[in-house]
Amino acid sequence: MSNHIVPLRTYYLVFLTLIVCTAITVAVSFVDLGRFNVVAALGIAILKATLVVLFFMHVKYSGKLTWVVVAGSLFWLGILIVMTAGDYLTRVRTGTFG
Amino acid sequence: MSPETHAVAHEPSHHHHPAALAHHFEDLGQQSEAATLGMWVFLVTEVLFFGGLFLAYTIYRGWYPDAFAVSSHELDIVLGTTNTIVLITSSLTMAMAVHSAQLGHRRKLMMFLSLTMLLGLAFLGIKGVEYYHKFVEHHIPGPTFQFEEKYVREAQIFFSLYFVMTGLHALHMIIGLGIMIWMFIWSWNGTITREYSNPIEVSGLYWHFVDIVWIFLFPLLYLVGRHLHS
Amino acid sequence: MPSRTALLPPRHYLNDGYGIKSWLLTRDHKRIALLYLAGVTFFFFVGGAFAVLIRLELATPAGDLVSDETYNKLFTMHGVMMVFFFLIPAIPAVLGNFLIPIMIGAKDLAFPKLNLASWYIYMIGAAFTLWAVVQGGLDTGWTFYTPFSTIASTTNVIPAALGIFVTGFSSILTGLNFIVTIHRMRAPGLTWFRLPLFIWSHYATALIMVLGTPVLAITIVLVAADRLFRFGIFDPAVGGDPVLFQHLFWFYSHPAVYIMVLPAMGVVSELVAAFCRKQVFGYTFVAFASLGIAILGFLVWGHHMFVAGQSVYAAMIFSILSFLVAIPSAVKVFNWTATMYKGSISWDTPMLYAIGFIGLFTIGGLTGLFLASVGLDVHVTDTYFIVAHFHYIMVGGTIMGYLGGLHYWWPKISGRLYNERLARISAVIIFLGFNLTFFPQFVLGYLGMPRRYHAYPPEFQVLNVLSSAGASILGVGYLIPMLYLMWSLRYGKVAGSNPWGAVGLEWNTTSPPPTQNFLETPIVTWDAYQYPTTVEGHVA
Repeated sequence: MSNHIVPLRTYYLVFLTLIVCTAITVAVSFVDLGRFNVVAALGIAILKATLVVLFFMHVKYSGKLTWVVVAGSLFWLGILIVMTAGDYLTRVRTGTFG
Repeated sequence: MSPETHAVAHEPSHHHHPAALAHHFEDLGQQSEAATLGMWVFLVTEVLFFGGLFLAYTIYRGWYPDAFAVSSHELDIVLGTTNTIVLITSSLTMAMAVHSAQLGHRRKLMMFLSLTMLLGLAFLGIKGVEYYHKFVEHHIPGPTFQFEEKYVREAQIFFSLYFVMTGLHALHMIIGLGIMIWMFIWSWNGTITREYSNPIEVSGLYWHFVDIVWIFLFPLLYLVGRHLHS
Repeated sequence: MPSRTALLPPRHYLNDGYGIKSWLLTRDHKRIALLYLAGVTFFFFVGGAFAVLIRLELATPAGDLVSDETYNKLFTMHGVMMVFFFLIPAIPAVLGNFLIPIMIGAKDLAFPKLNLASWYIYMIGAAFTLWAVVQGGLDTGWTFYTPFSTIASTTNVIPAALGIFVTGFSSILTGLNFIVTIHRMRAPGLTWFRLPLFIWSHYATALIMVLGTPVLAITIVLVAADRLFRFGIFDPAVGGDPVLFQHLFWFYSHPAVYIMVLPAMGVVSELVAAFCRKQVFGYTFVAFASLGIAILGFLVWGHHMFVAGQSVYAAMIFSILSFLVAIPSAVKVFNWTATMYKGSISWDTPMLYAIGFIGLFTIGGLTGLFLASVGLDVHVTDTYFIVAHFHYIMVGGTIMGYLGGLHYWWPKISGRLYNERLARISAVIIFLGFNLTFFPQFVLGYLGMPRRYHAYPPEFQVLNVLSSAGASILGVGYLIPMLYLMWSLRYGKVAGSNPWGAVGLEWNTTSPPPTQNFLETPIVTWDAYQYPTTVEGHVA
């Protein structure tokens, strides 16, 4: 396991980026982008989460096993959401319900 | 046998035995690696745990976009944004705490842990205020729920998800505070050293994860349809 | 062969500390395994008692033993007890806990205190659920479908659900412990592809526990919120979707069946190697098949929902994937059979159970293929065909694997040999009783008898009587081992470190093992199952 000591400057930069991203995501939400509001909101959230994972949680400096674990968890979450959504998206709506 | 030559019964001389080392591990390195991997595997379970809620959210938002937009508008964006900044800052102070522990700076470690806890408490306090507002406005789903007629059914789905998601998140924060107190005690009583800073790192992983959950909860719950005029 | 002059080692994990505190506060994975053994055995018989009542009721067509509401509670509690408190923990928490550290040359699991906590969590969860039983039971089926469980049922849903929620954490923590242990605590030289297949199976199982169980946990939280607070997440009256519950529930509960069967497959690999005195054929394929089952097992849950209102297109995808998931299981069956071919086979009790597993699991698995076909499933779903299918795998498969493993490693765990003659007779009784109980149910289901009904048309009675008769034979078969295994603890012949003459790290230490498992950490430089070649030209 890495005992890498991350320089403080990196932490400050990441923190600033996270705050800026928060400001952006709030600002963008007040603009009507139609379907892209969701894309923007999720995209920014993913960016923020990635920064926290890579730098605050040291994954950038960690071994392969850690990367596999992180990727695996996201992949499994993906299975849950994508395959279930696949059911809902392909249902034939009869108009009475959903 | 004189006291000077009396050898204390010991394990083989090559075995340097730090106090923190558990007997089933070969060395602190193996123990730390095991603890770190253990926390990561635990975080995987948390991803799937919250994941079920994100699934429900995805499906229902797809079904009821308007009800979700109108309901989301009822949440306080100022308090929500403040809480987001509070948590992000607490992740910074947590990372600084790990940094201090790795360098053996005991006082700084204790300071950053305290700051992290304070920010966590602030988050919970603000959350409590928000919950109180929801209670007063009759936005708790169930028999007491009141809302505009057009969305009175589906809005309950939104608020159900809101309360379960933020409620479980808050519960995880409370557990996180408990872990911080524990780490504070260990920092104070000398258990945490430069060689044995791993528990702080592992606690940090948990704290950052709780922050990440909020990073997703915030836009999904607070920022839906903000552009719509209320 | 057991030495005539075998003696128990003077110090071992069973006499290393006496008294109830030394057991209830132990960190020794071997003692924790025995704590689990006591728990799972107790809950097996509780679940079995419900089964007895079910088969008694079904011996006659009329619903004359119990009311329909009581019957609903009987099959619910049978399912809940058996699935959550016996089948899921049994092999991993008893045999896995005991053997994994020993098989990898470690002193204990990575987190011994967490291991003990897992047991307490299991017992507390079980206590909640038992309390629900005593308070009048649960009638939703072990599947808790909404909105009946969240709105209409008047029974003790919340305590039972809470009990399962709590016990789920036991499963998660055990899986976490296994994963970290296998990654980080293997002895020097013990590379992944030198590991016994028992370890591969348990690793794959642990992955499923960790990835799947949390989704069950959140599902239970939502059901409780709906029921307690009337939130309405699954309530159609406010726009909720009951089918969403089913997606969430089966996302866990399908992989859960692989949690139940994979460890048994791991046991069978060990048994086949030992009792054919041969390297398992296609070791690498079997190892990867375990991972394949774990991964593919997460992609098929919709096959439980073909008639639930799921989209036809989703159903087709889940159907194809369900056919695919049979492939790694088939690979294992082929490889075990190939291992037996030209092996030097001994027909000891563990081997009888292993062969029983291979045959019955194959039947159960093949009938799973029938069910993967949407067109066929539409007709037999919610009939006794389904009941027979999963009992062939759970009982004909998992329980046989469990008993085989229990008998194989009993000398290691207890230091004693059990009565082999009684054991073989019991194995045969179980095999015959099992088939008499469950084979008629395939026919019943195909003829149209629905499941979860306490009364049925008279033309189904003969087959039901056969099934109930089989159940009584099966019950006797399960009771006998309880007796001779307990008896052997005191009066059994001392086993010695390797009574079977098998190959594996666990046989390189005493029976029972010392608390720290080995006197010196082994250094492993050999592949698993290095039995001497028994047939010329056979590639080991």
